[in-house]
Amino acid sequence: MNLTPLLAVAAPSANPASNWITLGLFIMFVATTVAGALIAVNTVRIIRSVSGLALACVGLAGLFYFLHSPFLALMEILIYIGAVCVTIIFGVMLAEPDEPAPETHKRPYPVIAPLVAVVIAAGIFGGLAKLALGHKWEAPVAKINDGSVAAIGTSLLSTYSMAFELISLVLLVAILGALVIARGGRTKE
Amino acid sequence: MSAIFDYLTQEPVWFYVRLVLFLVGTLAFVGANAAYLVWVERKGAGRFQRRPGPDEAGPWGLLQPPADGIKLMAKQVMTPPGADALLFRLAPALVLMPPMMCLAVIPFGDKLLACDLNIGLLLVFAFGSINVMALMLGGWASRNKYAIISAARVVSQNVAYEIPMLLVVITLLMITGTMNLNEIIHQQAGGFWQWNIVRGIWDFQAGHIGGNILVPVTFLIFYTCMLAETNRAPFDMAEAESELVAGAFTEYAGMGFGVFFMAEYANIVVGCALATLLFLGGWQSPIGTVPAEWGWWGTLLGTGFFFAKMYFLIFCVVWIRWTFPRTQFYNLLNLSWKILIPVSLVTLLLTAGLLKLPNLF
Repeated sequence: MNLTPLLAVAAPSANPASNWITLGLFIMFVATTVAGALIAVNTVRIIRSVSGLALACVGLAGLFYFLHSPFLALMEILIYIGAVCVTIIFGVMLAEPDEPAPETHKRPYPVIAPLVAVVIAAGIFGGLAKLALGHKWEAPVAKINDGSVAAIGTSLLSTYSMAFELISLVLLVAILGALVIARGGRTKE
Repeated sequence: MSAIFDYLTQEPVWFYVRLVLFLVGTLAFVGANAAYLVWVERKGAGRFQRRPGPDEAGPWGLLQPPADGIKLMAKQVMTPPGADALLFRLAPALVLMPPMMCLAVIPFGDKLLACDLNIGLLLVFAFGSINVMALMLGGWASRNKYAIISAARVVSQNVAYEIPMLLVVITLLMITGTMNLNEIIHQQAGGFWQWNIVRGIWDFQAGHIGGNILVPVTFLIFYTCMLAETNRAPFDMAEAESELVAGAFTEYAGMGFGVFFMAEYANIVVGCALATLLFLGGWQSPIGTVPAEWGWWGTLLGTGFFFAKMYFLIFCVVWIRWTFPRTQFYNLLNLSWKILIPVSLVTLLLTAGLLKLPNLF
């Protein structure tokens, strides 16, 4: 297998040894992402699926780092592991303090359901693969900006101000919804 | 020999060599530091309660940590029946990993840092947030009522205290304008009146009012949140030995338990190092600046200043632990949601206003 093009993408450096180290790290991050995703969907224990999700997020953060966006990489860890996964586990703890017994429920459509699932999965895979192979990938831009606080602030309040405001609106609605639910739940007997 | 040296000091290779050296150093530092902070803790507890503390093993009990280490390693490592064995064994490692990652970006001296990252401050908070998840997994995987109660407490506590902590750090970030930790320290050169804790009130160099006149309050909030985030008394809800046996660590024996403690002390070091470099000038001298021509000796002196400030703050952590009783859980949450968050929001608004004030005249 010829790794040279991949090597050039992953590690554009003159030094061969450091190229191989970088390539190794790149493969490790890809493997982490895939392994995490597989754990997340294949295990029956929900707490392990969340751990798998967290692992996939670590791998994704590494891939973001390779795409020259350390800011995004750290945000991935801060938000998706530090907030989202923790919230999910907290929800699991409140909802289901005991491990459920392995279920033995009857499958209503033993033939049709797996077939439909396979067709949908194959379709998505085929579409993505066609897109990935057919697209003319441009050489990665070395650095879009310096990633400083000033640059992030400027782009948040100019180029991406619309998305920024929309997100704040969504969060406001979420807070209001939480308040409504919490109010309703607090009645004294 | 010189060819090897040339190869090693090439920029990318040197980067990895330095990283590996620093990681080994960090491992050694975290281990030794945890061992001797336990000694400081026990000795301090003894002194605060008018008793000598450990004094049998070696002079002043200095050989107590190795004895404790041997004892912990000799104990049987066991997984309770019904526990999720994989997650149960993984949790201690996951708890220890984040603070060690954080130590990689903390500048202990002018040139003494593994990775001069532009967004070092963000890295510390990103990896700091994994800590909650690891403690929670440990508590959950134990399949023990006390451990699960403790795990639920850890989440509410850490989520509650992460908010004011990030808010006060943002107020500081608005003054410094950078997330590069070494640069933040460079800005505080000149003497103790240039440290952010004073410079926030009155900027002597520019001769006008500083960005945040409430900066001592900001420091106090940061320190309180640091205590809560590292699960230290009076906020040690995760352990709470008088009500929850040992909380999330109840089922852990031997070195598994030891690793949790190592992680706790490593977290304290990261928190206090952050407080030092954000508010107390990091490796800057309290009076004047260390001359640049002193070279590595100057760096070493700066490292001395850094450790002096950091260990003073760590001593205060021990001091607080043995002075204040553990708070009630609801009071703990009320303190954060009803006092710390509003106050830190006010400081945020105040800073935003004050930073624009000198431009008006």
